[in-house]
Amino acid sequence: MSLELRGITKSFGALVANDSIDLKVENGEIHAILGENGAGKSTLMNIVYGLVAPDSGEILVDGIHKTIKEPRDALASGIGMVHQHFMLVPVFTVAENIVLGHEKSGFAGRLELGDARARIKEVSDQFGFDVNPDDLIEGLPVGVQQRVEIIRALIYDAKVLILDEPTAVLTPQETDDLLKIMRELKSQGTSIIFITHKLREVKAVADRITIIRRGKVVGNASPTDSQDELASLMVGRQVELVPEKFSHVIGDPVLTVKELTIRDITGRALVTNINFEVRAGEILAIAGVQGNGQSEVARAMVNLEEYVEGSIIVDGAQVIGMSVREALHAGIAFVPESREYDGLIASMSIAENLILDVHDRPPYAHGIQMSPTVVLAEAEKRKVEFDIRLQSVSDPISSLSGGNKQKVVLARELSRPVKLLVASQPTRGLDVGSIEFVHKRILEERDAGRAVLLFSTELDEVLALADRIAVMYRGEILAIVPSGVTAQELGLLMAGVVNA
Amino acid sequence: MKTLSAAERRRRRSLFVMATLAILCTILFGLLQKSGQVVTYGFVLDKEWVLFQQWAIGSRNASLLFGVISLGASALAYVQFKAGKTIKVASAVGSAGIMMSFLSWAAAGKFIPFTGLLQGALLLSVPLIFGSMAGVLSERSGVVNIAIEGQLLAGAFVSGVVASLTHSTFMGLVVAPFAGCLISTLLAVFAINFAIDQIILGFVLNVLVYGITDFLYKKLLIPYQSTWNSGPTLSAIKIPFLWKIPIVGPILFDQSIIVYLMYGVIFLINFSLFKTKWGLRTRAVGEHPTAADSVGIKVNRLRFMNVMIAGMVAGLGGAYFTVGGVGAFNKEMTAGKGFIALAALIFGRWTPWGAVSAALLFGFADNLQSVLGIIGTPIPSEFMLMVPYLATIIAVTGFVGRVRAPAADGTPYKRGESH
Amino acid sequence: MRKLNFKLPSFRALKLPGLSFLLAMFFGALLIAFSDSTVLKHIGHPIDFIKAGGVAVWQSYLALFQGSIYNPSLATPHDSLLAWYPLSETLVSAAPLILAGLSVALAFRAGLFNIGAQGQFIFGSIAASYVGFHFHLPIGIHVILSVLAAIVAGGIWGGLVGLLKARTGAHEVIVTIMLNYVALYFLMWLLGTTTFLRPGRKDPISPDVLPSSRMPLLAGNNYRVNFGIFIALAAAVFVWWLLSRSTWGFRFRAVGANTAAAKTAGISVPFVMTSVMAISGALAGLGGAVHVLGSDFSLTSGTAGNFGFDAITVALLGRARPMGTVFASLLFGALRAGGGTMQANTNTPIDIVLVIQALVVLFIAAPSVVKWVFRLKNLKTTGELAAKGWNG
Repeated sequence: MSLELRGITKSFGALVANDSIDLKVENGEIHAILGENGAGKSTLMNIVYGLVAPDSGEILVDGIHKTIKEPRDALASGIGMVHQHFMLVPVFTVAENIVLGHEKSGFAGRLELGDARARIKEVSDQFGFDVNPDDLIEGLPVGVQQRVEIIRALIYDAKVLILDEPTAVLTPQETDDLLKIMRELKSQGTSIIFITHKLREVKAVADRITIIRRGKVVGNASPTDSQDELASLMVGRQVELVPEKFSHVIGDPVLTVKELTIRDITGRALVTNINFEVRAGEILAIAGVQGNGQSEVARAMVNLEEYVEGSIIVDGAQVIGMSVREALHAGIAFVPESREYDGLIASMSIAENLILDVHDRPPYAHGIQMSPTVVLAEAEKRKVEFDIRLQSVSDPISSLSGGNKQKVVLARELSRPVKLLVASQPTRGLDVGSIEFVHKRILEERDAGRAVLLFSTELDEVLALADRIAVMYRGEILAIVPSGVTAQELGLLMAGVVNA
Repeated sequence: MKTLSAAERRRRRSLFVMATLAILCTILFGLLQKSGQVVTYGFVLDKEWVLFQQWAIGSRNASLLFGVISLGASALAYVQFKAGKTIKVASAVGSAGIMMSFLSWAAAGKFIPFTGLLQGALLLSVPLIFGSMAGVLSERSGVVNIAIEGQLLAGAFVSGVVASLTHSTFMGLVVAPFAGCLISTLLAVFAINFAIDQIILGFVLNVLVYGITDFLYKKLLIPYQSTWNSGPTLSAIKIPFLWKIPIVGPILFDQSIIVYLMYGVIFLINFSLFKTKWGLRTRAVGEHPTAADSVGIKVNRLRFMNVMIAGMVAGLGGAYFTVGGVGAFNKEMTAGKGFIALAALIFGRWTPWGAVSAALLFGFADNLQSVLGIIGTPIPSEFMLMVPYLATIIAVTGFVGRVRAPAADGTPYKRGESH
Repeated sequence: MRKLNFKLPSFRALKLPGLSFLLAMFFGALLIAFSDSTVLKHIGHPIDFIKAGGVAVWQSYLALFQGSIYNPSLATPHDSLLAWYPLSETLVSAAPLILAGLSVALAFRAGLFNIGAQGQFIFGSIAASYVGFHFHLPIGIHVILSVLAAIVAGGIWGGLVGLLKARTGAHEVIVTIMLNYVALYFLMWLLGTTTFLRPGRKDPISPDVLPSSRMPLLAGNNYRVNFGIFIALAAAVFVWWLLSRSTWGFRFRAVGANTAAAKTAGISVPFVMTSVMAISGALAGLGGAVHVLGSDFSLTSGTAGNFGFDAITVALLGRARPMGTVFASLLFGALRAGGGTMQANTNTPIDIVLVIQALVVLFIAAPSVVKWVFRLKNLKTTGELAAKGWNG
């Protein structure tokens, strides 16, 4: 089945997310859509899947015009989608999730799951998926959850399968498996639209590549083109994929973590007995696939985790037992994983966000009385220092772009006296320009003799910045390796393979 | 350290609570009580088949006996817990033992019409059950329903007035659901279409219904009482044979049609929610509306429909106050029952049977309070009246396990916004 | 949105509340007309029907005005100022309402929905009246101690909610709904005890508070308006300062807008929740004191009346801003005061006020309705009432 998009345009307010996009996916090909964060890939696919209504443009399936207003219409036209955030109800079983929306009823309206179970087993066996229809979704690893999504699309006869950033949550090993599955699907006649910003994967699996930048199709490429060529097409200029880094003297340990164990509220250990240290002027990157305990370790550095055992020593002081505030003022700068969730306060102004941590200290406050003019003046200074693009420091933070928001977080955290910088996924969701800024800033901190603890799921980022790399897998540190390690070795470690 | 699942931790805590109470009851009401007083339980209400006429026992002995029973149940629960099983039955027995131990102490030297106590408890639970079922319907699909009180009151008012104007209980019963539905439709429109905070909204709707019914009560129902507010009431229907079963019969099967409708509503909602297509979809939009939308379920339409049905259920429950009870409407006659229904919903962890059990418990506490109030007891009735409220606070503070609402409860759904 | 510099509410900001109020009055008028038996007699003749309806509505709303602001028939040859007596009544009912409303508004700004102002008000009343009738103290000291007792009692009852929320995550709406009933039953029980029952009475009523503990009157013995209104206004200024000028208020707003981010920035969320609810409860408790020591003087089971619930509507109408809450309270205080007169002089019950209140808040919360009715294009709206739900 072929799918053709003609002149798809969609604006959100002033932002043109898709600007008359044309795209043709041929029968039985893997067609990659490459673009950096915010380029408009997801919007385009949501339009194809009927989740977003386009302002103009048309969709043709096998040359026939189709009106797709609802996901239902897309499914009926043979279009299936595996979303970046899985569309599975966590408290339902696999079978319940798969029949949802297509239920069959028996006597007295009683739900019939028998057929669905059989079909799930059938498809699961066909591809060697090992999915049990009666398992609860919330108990399954993300890789398996993704397979459930794929099974669902196949059961409902998807001839065109859209995969939206499918490898973001997978280990390198699982990614390889997924790429295999994609080839298998292709050989059975399914067309695949593969949305990603990861060049390596595109080169490995795609038949054709369409590149989108700022809502427009800027060109097509072939998988034989080099990574540098693809990257500059994607970003629109020459990019330095690897920032410049000089070797220099590394000092004494600033952070020493010993026998750290972190539990969740039910007492289950998320992180088990890990040990590492970070020295002054050194970047230790903690690599690993999302969900292997890195988030918890990052949060534990400023005591945001509740159930922690072991010891975390920063410059001679035990962090465990301190309040978050004491930890921050003991010389730890903390860039949290999510700007939106716990980095910034959307409805407060930029100026207020810049002083969240020090709002009650001089010169911003004397006693309990705050000084608004000082707050504004200080914000103006930081705006210049961190190159934050904004209209007025009194505007709410929600008026800023992702990159500028991250600069606000950095500006706030690096304005205290810092000995240790803990940065958790500091470039997630940013455009390339902002990524470069953040990388440069992190290296500057290292060169100024600070210890840096970097948490990242992006292999390239880890390899580019780190002096040493610790790999976390299922709550444990599998190995700590020097920065000269290859991407492949690192990938195996992230999949839990120790002696490769 | 062996780690326990959330359910096991909850079980462990309720086990601990039960055992503590059992020990306290045995000591306070049993061992420390002076002997000599006799408590008499009556078991016959009407002309049902008689199993026991009544049972007189020394109050101290009774408290001891039931205290020991609850201790035994606690021990059994412990064994089951260790074996990794649920402890439902043992908990039920244990709680009943604790309650009886207390009752035998509180009613020392008095006569307790036991069947009547339970029958009254059921009757007081009826509006709570209807209300909490309305809560289940609405909240399971993701719309917080604080307006249960208003829906009950609207149902009570309209059914009372219509029954009075038409001299027909049937008409009163028929219109009640529509009155509740009217209020819940307002809830649905503002919550789903305008995406207003549902807690604030429910609160305001309650005030609105209070205002309108108070206003019309004073303006029409009092001055023109004979036409507007002297409705007939439903009489009890004895179900042949079943009502003659000792103890159980008069409690369950000698009731007005509303109570029988209630049995139907409970079974229907429980079955539908967990066993049908509608139920699967309802739970899906309450837990993960984006996922439901992505498979073609019209999230807001389903929520709208469920909220409307919820209003109908609550409205029918409202009829219980007027045509099902005293006939005439009285100002603010629901008297916060809608909020206790909400409490029952939460206490029952948003499940139909959980909510029913909680409603029965609250109804029992309420009736026990009035029965003990009449015969005179050592405990001030006001403290007994606090029981449902305190129990709910204890429930939500996680003492017997953290209570979690459906994941998307109270969150309006708009396509294109991440959840 | 929120800026650091203080601005008086602009005219545009008043547009939505004003129009919502008009619309609510209109629906109230419909309710009055369609429930009036003399009006309904003309139902067959549209012209007469509208006339009779108009008369009924006019009379009711006139009585409402005369009962709340100015009534010339009250003036006597000796004292023409007595015509303003209703205004004094408006201020009397507005004072506790302002305080209770501030209690709700403050909690709102910290992201907490305090339905419990009713219970906190009750506890404030209990404490104030107990100190007021039980102890014999010098003038001045007595009233101050009574007020302080109310602040402490309300603060503890409110702080408890914050503490439970902070420690266990229990939703404050559920806890406060339940605590309101607990407070009410506690009051009813107290009124049956010998300490609180007025000697010689069997119905639940406490002794009058001693004159030394009462609020000083402001305009002589003919008017009930008392010092309480100044306490209320001072509290409003205090809440404004607290929210927009103090470090505490900064934290309250930070936690209210994004709890997780506030925590990550080192703000102690449990402390904020407990302290904001304690201050909130103290304000409501103070409202109870002003009510008991200023106008009611004794405690009954109906002492708190509807204050706790009206407080929510005024806080919503005032958009959780201190000055907005003051204006909204004056408006609803006037409706309350005038409602009594209206009920006495016409056959329109006071309960129409509840309907109007509920509708005003409903329209404020759903500006789309107001926009549609008045054909407005750009109406200033804010997303303060955005939904959060049980898990939020």
